[in-house]
Amino acid sequence: MPQFIKDLIDAISAPIPYTVLATALLAGVLIFRKWVTKPPVFIAFSALGIVGFIGAFPDPNFKQIITKPDNIPIIILIATIVFFTWLALRRAVINDERIKNGQPPLEGEMAKKKVFTWPDLVYSELICMLLFMAALMVWSLLIQAPIEEPASMARTPNPSKAPWYFLGLQEMLVYFDPWIAGVLLPSFIVVGLCAIPYLDKNPKGNGYYTFEERPFAISFFLAGFLLLWVSLVIMGTFLRGPNWSFFGPFEYWDHNKLEPMVSINLSEYFWIKGLGQHLPQNILVREAPGFAFLGFWFLVVPPLLGKSLFKKMALDMGVIRYAVFAHLFLWTALVPLKMVARWTIDLKYIIGIPEWFLNV
Amino acid sequence: MDKLLAYIARTQIWKSIIRHGYPDTPRNRTLAVLSNVVLHLHPVKVRRSGIKLSYTWCMGGLTFFLFLIETITGLLLMFYYRPTAELAYQDIFALREHVPIGVMREVHRWAAHLMVISVWLHMYRVFLTGSYKPPREFNWNVGVILLVLTLLLSFTGYLLPWDQLAIWAITVGTNMARATPFIGHEGPGAALLQFGGLQFVHAGDDVRFGLLAGRFVGEGALLRFYVLHCLGFPLIAAVLMAVHFWRVRKDGGISGPL
Repeated sequence: MPQFIKDLIDAISAPIPYTVLATALLAGVLIFRKWVTKPPVFIAFSALGIVGFIGAFPDPNFKQIITKPDNIPIIILIATIVFFTWLALRRAVINDERIKNGQPPLEGEMAKKKVFTWPDLVYSELICMLLFMAALMVWSLLIQAPIEEPASMARTPNPSKAPWYFLGLQEMLVYFDPWIAGVLLPSFIVVGLCAIPYLDKNPKGNGYYTFEERPFAISFFLAGFLLLWVSLVIMGTFLRGPNWSFFGPFEYWDHNKLEPMVSINLSEYFWIKGLGQHLPQNILVREAPGFAFLGFWFLVVPPLLGKSLFKKMALDMGVIRYAVFAHLFLWTALVPLKMVARWTIDLKYIIGIPEWFLNV
Repeated sequence: MDKLLAYIARTQIWKSIIRHGYPDTPRNRTLAVLSNVVLHLHPVKVRRSGIKLSYTWCMGGLTFFLFLIETITGLLLMFYYRPTAELAYQDIFALREHVPIGVMREVHRWAAHLMVISVWLHMYRVFLTGSYKPPREFNWNVGVILLVLTLLLSFTGYLLPWDQLAIWAITVGTNMARATPFIGHEGPGAALLQFGGLQFVHAGDDVRFGLLAGRFVGEGALLRFYVLHCLGFPLIAAVLMAVHFWRVRKDGGISGPL
């Protein structure tokens, strides 16, 4: 692979272009889903990706990060997520077309017919199991489970990474304090997932793939799952190196790479840069701009959205459901908002009270 | 051959185990499912769409299968592993050095990674087909808890090899617990919980201490994670899985258009 392509890929995998491109990609796929999900188009894109992957392989830095035994599952994750997202959207496009023509969805046609569990279901389960077991054995025979040096509290490896499925949360540590990144956000994710069936009052799209019958639910979920979770796992695995600095896939993991860290609190922006004063002594006065912002965000924005963008949804949901939904939605939105604020204006904390360990 | 099979199906031993006849009839097909404790997690009949791979992706079934693999390989690994700071690393190392073609640890590790992926994909499919909608709200919740348990199972297992990767990944992961509001010693609000200058919540009694049985990842944490990994979480997961599968049946089988 020529050097200029490597340089280009390294450049676009920096945080800002990476996020912008990932978001644009998802939006593009959803908007142009009818074209993108056509089998020839999808196969062409996949082939391009596979050729690029193989072409990149001779690069020593790329090879090193990709062939790490514990990173192989992430490659499998990427491949399966891409494939299944395509499959689901393809079926959704077909079903939406059928529903528009007054036909039942594909699943509806087949659902009328019932078959015996024994042997139809049991056999396909057995075949799945055997094929899968065989693949797993081959993988296990080919690649040994890694074991590093014995545990030692005296030597901290750099980078120290959490297990791969928590790397999205570790990435959040860059933008939020541990009590939000490690406690609040995961709790909201679990609570939010549990709340989904009680918040989504749309009776359509139960038991078949569709996009047009529930565009918001699917877009929101895809944004949360693909952009804020899976893509951050990928970023944390392949693009975060020593000192949690950013490295392109073809870049050498240089332990001396330094990234300038100038971070300014909202209070400093407001009092020092905005009003040209010293920071007030009283903590609550000092952090008033942050409290005002968060108060606006969580108390004023929900009714505003309920009257405008989410009007129909808010009416369907009722007050309590809508309040819970809006809160969860705004927390989800606060994450990319804070990321963007960090990259663009070096914002450190919206509310910064280290005295009380209360930093937002 | 047919005669032999027919003879076996007539013997008292066969009849004592399998209570239905051998001929391939709808009645026997029904009984095959109803009279078998494992198979009866399934309904007798399923929608054609419910067993199409392009609809279900088979990810839920795969997750259960991976859980079984983890149970079996994990049981075998337990024979060779002692959860103490002196012996744990040695035992894992010996497993690699002394067991010819030993693949149990490999199977256990790769299947564990895959199980996390298959749980995510299962949830992804269930969401995209709207299968959490009534009447399956409760089962979706059971599924969310099973998802969390899968991550916890993997997380507790991460520590057991007791190598650098293990101890530091768990250190990074559990450091978050310090910052839990009120019950972590560096969490917001913890400093308020004091009486006459005496801190109630400090590094020696906060939630992280409870998790690790110490101020850092050490011997106590290893034992705690080992017990949770081998006994605690699998037990809870097994019970919830039974509920999960049973509810799939009771809520009308694998989802399909109403």
